[in-house]
Amino acid sequence: MNPALRLRDPAAAPRLLLTVCVIVLLWPGFSLTEFDPASLFEERSRATIVKFVGTFFPLETSREFLGLVLKSTFETLAIATAGMAFAILIGWPLALVVTRSLSISRIGPGPGRVAGHSVRVPARFALMFFRSIPEVVWALLFVRAVGLGPAAGVLAIGVTYGGMLGKVYSEILESNDTRPVTALLETGGGRIAAFCYGMWPVALPELVSYSVYRWECAVRASVIMGFVGAGGLGQQMELSMRMLNGGEVSTILLTFLLLVVMADAVSALLRKVTS
Amino acid sequence: MSLSFRKVSLEYANGVRAVHRIDCEIRAGERVAIIGPSGAGKTSLLRMLATALRPSSGTISVLDTNPWRLDRGRLRRLRSRIGMVHQAPPLPPRQRVVTAVLAGRLGQWPAWKSLASLLYPLDILGAERMLERMEIADKLFQRCDQLSGGQLQRVGVARVLYQRPDLILTDEPVSAVDPALSDRVIGELNREAIERGVTLVASLHAVDLALHRFPRIIGLRAGEIQFDLPPVRVSDGMLADLYASESRTVPTQDNQPLETLPAGVRRRNMFP
Repeated sequence: MNPALRLRDPAAAPRLLLTVCVIVLLWPGFSLTEFDPASLFEERSRATIVKFVGTFFPLETSREFLGLVLKSTFETLAIATAGMAFAILIGWPLALVVTRSLSISRIGPGPGRVAGHSVRVPARFALMFFRSIPEVVWALLFVRAVGLGPAAGVLAIGVTYGGMLGKVYSEILESNDTRPVTALLETGGGRIAAFCYGMWPVALPELVSYSVYRWECAVRASVIMGFVGAGGLGQQMELSMRMLNGGEVSTILLTFLLLVVMADAVSALLRKVTS
Repeated sequence: MSLSFRKVSLEYANGVRAVHRIDCEIRAGERVAIIGPSGAGKTSLLRMLATALRPSSGTISVLDTNPWRLDRGRLRRLRSRIGMVHQAPPLPPRQRVVTAVLAGRLGQWPAWKSLASLLYPLDILGAERMLERMEIADKLFQRCDQLSGGQLQRVGVARVLYQRPDLILTDEPVSAVDPALSDRVIGELNREAIERGVTLVASLHAVDLALHRFPRIIGLRAGEIQFDLPPVRVSDGMLADLYASESRTVPTQDNQPLETLPAGVRRRNMFP
């Protein structure tokens, strides 16, 4: 028999099946959303797009407006940073509770499995609940409680992002090399100590880069918070849009771009320092 | 009996049978070497002794207790008395050697002490003494990813020596260490066991190290004990049978043929 026929790749058939399934699942998505990229390049669409983009120029660069933008930028940064700090306060402890790599009952398996489950499942559910409600809705809720202003935005970002951070942190902790932390749990170390000695040095770069990315997302989210009166660049942008002043809007968007560039540079620097 | 296996079997989730109805007893303070080809079940045996794996059937007793009848607190205290040297040291690459060695006492230190030691190592002298016994004291403040494989293995041994456990388990602790140094490392492990009167169970790939250093040899093949004898009673035929599936010659640390002793037994010094 031909040797090439005898030694066939056993993974080829499942892979082909998976690819076909993915295409079959994506196709209805495209048709349902009336996805038609060709329409972007039609004559009429192009003219409309060009006219719309034209309203964004020239940029508004008057001194008083730039001063306003600067002040709003600081407000936005404050909302985003405070929101992230709050989110880490919520998400970090829940992540440590949820992650399976810190589970001692998993070794063996040993005693305490039921107790572990009864703590882990509610914590997981809490994280899911926090992140399933969009931050705008949380903000509207908190505005009722603490009134208009940045505090509502900070709380909303904190709760939603706490749920997201908790989930991703726990998955990062589980996906990295768990042998050091398992070995320390097997010598009778406590969970916190085993984490600090065995998991923290391994997972630190990934945790840091994800946290900085989420901070960048929080800056964007605080824009939306501005729409519900939380202040910052979002409120400024809402005012400019209401007055149909494209030049002011594009100045604000440029500020956003600069903030994202800065966050990217900080992330690269921190990755280099922690790796 | 300090350690005992009674009809212990272990089957992994994928159906692989690692250990099959093993009966074995080891007294406190004994020094035992386990030899056998790859896949014989040596690591599984040691992991069961370390309470990291639960036997599928049979009873196991570690330090005079059945670990799987204990509650969480007692099991944790039992585990802090067992020190395991892994074949591939589970050390985070970015961690420094001093922290890696001090981590040996995490089971014994209170939480505040472990965390404070991360800010500034609390017992640098103790860690250095253990590294000196392994002849890598100069690597004290280096990162683990700057060490070679053999040096990392020695850091793993230093960690267990720092822990001062009542049961020392080692899984091929010198597989990456050169022959001269590996003799010294095994000698240090034996000296620790003799001086403190604790049990030492070592799985070794190199038969010459096992025969020269340990007073009791257990040969394991395909999950079953082939022989359990002092080294003078282990014949060449038994060794050849043990490794028949793997190679024609018996593995040694320096890859030279196993020297056959003449009829009168020549005793080597324990501590050169």
